[in-house]
Amino acid sequence: MTTELFTGAEMVVKSLSALKVKYIFGYPGGSVLDIYDAIFQQDEIEHILVRHEQAATHMADGYSRATGEVGVVLATSGPGATNCVTGIATAYMDSIPMVVLAGQVATSLIGDDAFQETDIVGCTRPIIKHSFNCRSLADIPDAIAKAFYLARTGRPGPVVIELPKDILVPQNKGPFSIETDVNIRSYNPTTKGHGKQIKKAAQTIAQAKKLVVYSGGGIVISDADETLTTLVEKLKAPITNTLMGLGGISGTHKQFVGMLGMHGSLQANKAMANADVILALGARFDDRVTNNVEKFCPNATIIHVDIDPTSISKTINAHIPVVGAVDYVMHQLIDELNDINYVPDEAALSEWWQQINLWRAVKSNHYEQSETGKIKPQRVVESMYKITQGEAYVCSDVGQHQMFAAQYYPFAKPRQWINSGGLGTMGFGLPAAMGVKLAFPDKHVICITGDGSIQMNIQELSTCLQYNLSVVIVTLNNRSLGMVRQWQDMVYGGRHSSSYMESLPDFIKIAEAYGHVGIKIDTLDELDEKLSEAFAIKNRLVFVDVMVDEKEHVYPMQIKTGAIDELWLKKGVKA
Amino acid sequence: MRRILAILMENEPGSLSRIVGLFSQRAFNIESLTVAPTDDNSLSRMTIATSGDDRVLEQIVKQVNKLIDVIKITDITDRQHIERELLLVKVGAMNDKTRTEVKRITDIFRGNIIDIGKQAYTLQLTGDNEKLNAFMNTLQHETEIIESVRSGCVGIARGDKALRI
Repeated sequence: MTTELFTGAEMVVKSLSALKVKYIFGYPGGSVLDIYDAIFQQDEIEHILVRHEQAATHMADGYSRATGEVGVVLATSGPGATNCVTGIATAYMDSIPMVVLAGQVATSLIGDDAFQETDIVGCTRPIIKHSFNCRSLADIPDAIAKAFYLARTGRPGPVVIELPKDILVPQNKGPFSIETDVNIRSYNPTTKGHGKQIKKAAQTIAQAKKLVVYSGGGIVISDADETLTTLVEKLKAPITNTLMGLGGISGTHKQFVGMLGMHGSLQANKAMANADVILALGARFDDRVTNNVEKFCPNATIIHVDIDPTSISKTINAHIPVVGAVDYVMHQLIDELNDINYVPDEAALSEWWQQINLWRAVKSNHYEQSETGKIKPQRVVESMYKITQGEAYVCSDVGQHQMFAAQYYPFAKPRQWINSGGLGTMGFGLPAAMGVKLAFPDKHVICITGDGSIQMNIQELSTCLQYNLSVVIVTLNNRSLGMVRQWQDMVYGGRHSSSYMESLPDFIKIAEAYGHVGIKIDTLDELDEKLSEAFAIKNRLVFVDVMVDEKEHVYPMQIKTGAIDELWLKKGVKA
Repeated sequence: MRRILAILMENEPGSLSRIVGLFSQRAFNIESLTVAPTDDNSLSRMTIATSGDDRVLEQIVKQVNKLIDVIKITDITDRQHIERELLLVKVGAMNDKTRTEVKRITDIFRGNIIDIGKQAYTLQLTGDNEKLNAFMNTLQHETEIIESVRSGCVGIARGDKALRI
């Protein structure tokens, strides 16, 4: 019996099939044409052709964030691969599982500055979880299986695989086998929290008078929302989410005090500043949360649960570090609390909630919408929340609109809120929304964006037409780079250096030129009706261009170099 | 404070660059770095001399450990350990007096003269960082240092404890 032989390109596709991949997001080019030829000759995996490789990475990323699956990207060598860099960095910062297959020139040419040669493994080294240089046919299945395993386990992240042309071509064939049950001797992420640390954590919680739970993206990535809700309801304590952690607990839960950090609510930031115990779950004390680390929560004992040891005590010293998978550790913690017959100190709790309710009563997320004035961007988000009954997938770009969405659209579930939190990548929103829509064609998928961000990947309107991705794009159009402008207003004496958008295109015509529907909203009285109209249109992409008040700022806002709870509540008003 | 880190890692192409990249990316110091395959050819052993406060050191150890290729890392500074570095140094040996003096100093430090030129001696010395520094300082007083090269330190724990898979 003769063994069947395969080309490297066929091995790539067969490996992806074995790993149950449904979609590849990419763009063809010289070094990967053999892979494209192999994709053409099968029908298990669908290739989605984007218009720029950066969008392929964001689309894979959005697909991954919504489904929990690994997002797969295919790009050619040189510019194809370097165009992926921003998307890889975005995924890396937010711990998103992604595998990027990058072409490379033939092994005989590597190092010669050949046409479309870039050392993509070198370029991406600081922004990946791991990378593989394939140098022979036999490397391919092994590298792909390991890449998937690494991307999705432990703290997830992007993995790059470099595939030189000569190991993909038809002249070069070999037998194929893939071991999907991967074991890497140097890689053993910790799942279970250390028993002693769990005991310490439980005892500390039991003695707390002013406990606050601070949860982050780790909860979302590991779908630990149910366990979190159980734990939080057992503790009866206030819970705040990071920008990445929104949806980890329902945004309408009575114990939820809102997002914390730079644009977090007064009650969330105050609760942190006044807490005696902080239980941090899958969050990493990012500088956009802590504000000045020297002044960070001086009276709190910090319990920090994270799967990545490097996140613990990196910026803020953890008194009780617990390394482990957050869902598993929360179960351990619940068990331990049961074992010690934990009941919250009702008297202390009631006093604590009284205090929190006073902060809540300030209504730090308040804004003023006059009936005749310009549309406030916050009002647009509230309207979308009502129309979609809080059930839409909301994909955001980066800027003021991102913060308004985070503040005014309470998310009921994890994976519903999709944004570039760590890297803050403008241009992320539309392709990410496309990835979500591909996964959930029957759901409302919103891309909330601004007149700046949308133009960073607007070419993807063409991809949307090709694959009938009926995303609802809502542009909060303030004719300026709103967040930059806000900083210039607040920190740079109102000097609007390069933060205004002159010569904005007619977005309605652009949408129509790409074969979509465009709706413009100028005044408040037409807002709800026209937005409803937009969401009622099925199977067409709708681009809604909303003219909003360009002078609106995002509040609350932490005061630079201050403590976590030192906030501007509105223009000239400090908390 | 100076620390010696011993690292056991996969002997894969790119492993070294991941370590070096990490140190520069996160602004960690490297005083010296040595690397070579071990008795098990699939593994490389690296010794890094670095410095930083406790918090930085904790991050260095954790970040290095996080690299997929790294199997183990230990900070051997505070344990009983042996640290060695190799020094090769070419010094001026123009006249009898200098030659005698260089020979005498080399003997005292238990080094060797390993090559002789018309006007220069090449010396070899092994020892820890301090011994090598002391040797160089002493030599400097007696003659001209023409060229010197140091290997960077390698380290191993004393006793039965071993860094293995």
